[in-house]
Amino acid sequence: MGTATTNPNVNYLTEFSGVKSWLLSLDHKRIGLMYMIAILFFFLIGGLMAMLIRLELFSPGPTLFSADTYNQVLTYHGAIMVFMVIVPGIPAILGNFFLPLQIGAADVAFPKLNLASWYVFMFGAILAFSTLFTTKIDTGWTFYTPYSIKTGTAVITMVLAAFIMGMSSILTGLNFIVTVHKLRAPGMTIYRMPLFVWSLYSTAIIQVLATPVLGITLLLLVAERVLGIGIFDPKLGGDPVLFQHFFWFYSHPAVYIMILPAMGIISELISAFSRKTIFGYRAIAYSSLGIAAVSFIVWGHHMFVSGQSEIAGVIFSFITMLVGVPTAIKMFNWLATLYKGSVSFESPMLYALGFLFLFAIGGVTGIMLATLGVDVHFHDTYFVVAHFHYVMVGGTLMAIMGGFYYWFPKMFGKMYDESLARITFVLIFIGFNVTFFPQFILGAMGMPRRYFDYIPAYESLNKISTVGSWMISAGFFLALYVIIRGITSGEKAPANPWGAKTLEWQTPSPPPHFNFDKKPVVTGGPYDYT
Amino acid sequence: MFWLNFANAQSFMPTQGTLIAERVDSLYSFLLISSLIACIILIGGMIYFVVKYRRKSENDKTPNITHNHFLEFLWSFIPLVLFLFMFAWGWHVYHDMRKMPENALEIHIFGKQWAWEVQYKSGAATSNLVVVPINTDVKLIMTSKDVLHSFYVPSFRIKQDTVPGRYSTLWFNSNKLGEFHIFCTEYCGTQHSGMIGTLKVVTQQEFDAWLEEESKVSTLPLADRGAKIFQVKACASCHSVADANVKVGPALWQQWGQQRKTSGGAMALNEEYTRESILNPNAKVVAGYNSNIMPSFQGQLSEIELAALIEYIKGLK
Amino acid sequence: MTTHNPAAGGHQHSHHFDSAEHEYESDKLGIWLFMVTEILMFGGLFVAYIIFHQIYPEMFAEGAKQLSWKMGFFNTLVLIGSSLTMALGIYYNQINQSNKAFWNLIATLALGFVFLTVKYFEYASKFDTGFLPGKLLNVETVQATSQNLGMYFGLYFCMTGLHGLHVVIGMVLIGWLAYRTRRGDFNSEYYTPVEGVGIFWHIVDLIWIFLFPLLYLVG
Repeated sequence: MGTATTNPNVNYLTEFSGVKSWLLSLDHKRIGLMYMIAILFFFLIGGLMAMLIRLELFSPGPTLFSADTYNQVLTYHGAIMVFMVIVPGIPAILGNFFLPLQIGAADVAFPKLNLASWYVFMFGAILAFSTLFTTKIDTGWTFYTPYSIKTGTAVITMVLAAFIMGMSSILTGLNFIVTVHKLRAPGMTIYRMPLFVWSLYSTAIIQVLATPVLGITLLLLVAERVLGIGIFDPKLGGDPVLFQHFFWFYSHPAVYIMILPAMGIISELISAFSRKTIFGYRAIAYSSLGIAAVSFIVWGHHMFVSGQSEIAGVIFSFITMLVGVPTAIKMFNWLATLYKGSVSFESPMLYALGFLFLFAIGGVTGIMLATLGVDVHFHDTYFVVAHFHYVMVGGTLMAIMGGFYYWFPKMFGKMYDESLARITFVLIFIGFNVTFFPQFILGAMGMPRRYFDYIPAYESLNKISTVGSWMISAGFFLALYVIIRGITSGEKAPANPWGAKTLEWQTPSPPPHFNFDKKPVVTGGPYDYT
Repeated sequence: MFWLNFANAQSFMPTQGTLIAERVDSLYSFLLISSLIACIILIGGMIYFVVKYRRKSENDKTPNITHNHFLEFLWSFIPLVLFLFMFAWGWHVYHDMRKMPENALEIHIFGKQWAWEVQYKSGAATSNLVVVPINTDVKLIMTSKDVLHSFYVPSFRIKQDTVPGRYSTLWFNSNKLGEFHIFCTEYCGTQHSGMIGTLKVVTQQEFDAWLEEESKVSTLPLADRGAKIFQVKACASCHSVADANVKVGPALWQQWGQQRKTSGGAMALNEEYTRESILNPNAKVVAGYNSNIMPSFQGQLSEIELAALIEYIKGLK
Repeated sequence: MTTHNPAAGGHQHSHHFDSAEHEYESDKLGIWLFMVTEILMFGGLFVAYIIFHQIYPEMFAEGAKQLSWKMGFFNTLVLIGSSLTMALGIYYNQINQSNKAFWNLIATLALGFVFLTVKYFEYASKFDTGFLPGKLLNVETVQATSQNLGMYFGLYFCMTGLHGLHVVIGMVLIGWLAYRTRRGDFNSEYYTPVEGVGIFWHIVDLIWIFLFPLLYLVG
């Protein structure tokens, strides 16, 4: 496909220079990189908050700071990681960069809107961080009422920041939906799209449909604080539990925004590094859409003990069990792809295999939490904290790392240091388990979450967990080094270092500004290794 | 299915205090074992395949296996059946947790920042302590005085949020004598992790004796009555009475008659100032402390109760 | 809308699209998706309104009595009229009659202004008589029967306020369209922005058509 009619030294990185050529760029690849730098920075801060949490919890009683400070730190950890890292993460960085390339397009449907999304996101993020310099926030990232109405901290600013960042998410989703519908290369029927594209599309549907409801929920919370309209405040005849319904109506689908693109990456990695066609392509594609659809009707499983009726709990538990099935199908399909494959163990694949391991655990514990009789005991304990870290970090973050190493040569035209990258995997994988597996046990033992202090019986497991956190952060700092060194002085990368079959590998590394010299014409599926 | 309830679940779960706890643990054991099997299949299978099918050469050919309807049916149907079974069992246990028993011993619980106020129908009142007789249905009628809290007894495997503006209920029947932790498990601010209570299960005779004792508040000397109110209203969660340590608010030990700087000028700790601080805490806040922390007890204390508190604080030496 | 078959004349289509038609179809899809998000956002407010209306029917009836259904109905006609002039603004641009298009857009602006003026009078009368949102409403001052009447007016001001904000945004966009029409930017080959803003304006109208009966008529 990519005949070298263009100068091989001219690519999207080198063609235009100067700060303005980046800040005003309409190139989806540059915008993806700008998101990457921002989100990496936010991840560092959110990660610092996590380290502080674990340090404080190293021993019972005040260790580093007061209870009030601890409550602020945990709130920022959650809010930063959710709104600024994991929700935008894959779509804004790898999605922006690779969606057009994978469908053979020259850009996304609305490049100016894409750039605008980045500015909207940055504005929201700056507003969010401004609260660190004013009265901070201490409500937990979930802003439950009435506490969030009464507390004297900067709830309004933070909530408006989340609203603004939500707008950015909506615009990205909207852009991707139109791109997938309208800009596929000739011959690329929907069943010839890579599964990463399917996952981004399913995610985009959730982004567009769920985020507006978060938007109005946050605006209503602001109205409650400023005007006291009374819908969430019992003193004025309102219902605090109504806030939870509104909030989780978005926030449950949001967790699928976090995991669906990660699963898309895993499909790419497992197939590429087994050099075998993906098993059950249509099942995986349909399951992504199915999960997106069903994700809208399970929100009450966050509220089994909130005071909602028994019948509501029963319905939500039942439907949540159903959503476990498409997820299980994907896991088995990936396993079946490995069967009789030709498996190699470069870092992207290590992270993919790590995902399978960790997401298996995260997934089965999700089923446990969906089980009514048992959730009563586990709700709001460290069991839940461990569950969602297994799926969000053990799942999404591992997929981001794998995807990032996989696509690194394409993005930067250089190879990263493979041995060091493998060490990052070992540190992160082992460190992650040491940090979070004890938290399942702590939860089973009854330790509630968001606890500044704890009874002595929980001390040894907390210590182990903290030591694990040091290991993970070592792994991430090493990964940062690997990335920076790779970008600055890595070996030159060929167009297709992994021998993969999707369209992005048919163009040089890094790609030229317009992606493809000639628009590709697609004649087969995306994983044809015959 | 008690045979499922073996060491694994048991050693990490708190002591079982009720029959429902045993049922929860059985279900949890089942979930654990099925999860373990699922993980062995997935993770074990993964490890087995990547080792067996590791790349031999750059020219490896792989078969074009796109689907297998039988296998796909199996690994959709079996998980579905398993999940629905878990759902049904879970509902069964949950239903019995939510179905309130008739003729239970009813106790009122008030969650507040940051303590549990417990009120018995006989008039007995405690804070952070629930005493119940063994082998008796007990029903808690709960609400909150300010923000969301959640009443959680790990040993009983039960939990329910306390919501301001409405009542929520919880029931249990303990078959084990002893003391069990009560935790607040819905984030509620500064001392969320400090709202630790004790649920004490005693014999019927011990319970009857205790209840009678607790209900006899009205015949107590004023200062003793004040001590009782001080304890019930959980003033000690913020104000030290045995030493000069600052918890949240100023210590009250040996402070009677002492001058201190406040936001309303210099004040001595006397009858007037004490009464005002209880009813309108933000009027004259001691220098160095924040306002809007201490709640007002306006409308909660009778004049006699206020006098009792004053006498109690006077006597703190 | 008429079936449209543009050639590449007049307006250059963006490079990543095959043709002006291709870009036009994509733009329309994008605009409709955005409208879905707007409907969902207002939908949340409607849900809140319906829930509390079920719980406090007398309080809602008491609040609704303070609204003038005549003014609300007048405003409904104003907005429907403005949707007509907006549609004509698109139509005349499509058939290369930019002068008529321009004046229809100006008429739309004028009707939007009338709508906002009526709303101004409604709001002013509420402020004068003390029917303020939420905790600002003093139950004694207005001699309310329902203690939480502030909730009704909180919802009233939030819903009509958010809607009014969208009317203002729409008017700014229409003003910009009028300027571009005058400049000769639109013709039968290219009128996407006019149609896009038109869709936005129709949705804003549609939301009012739901707001009006909910707030003014369902007593």
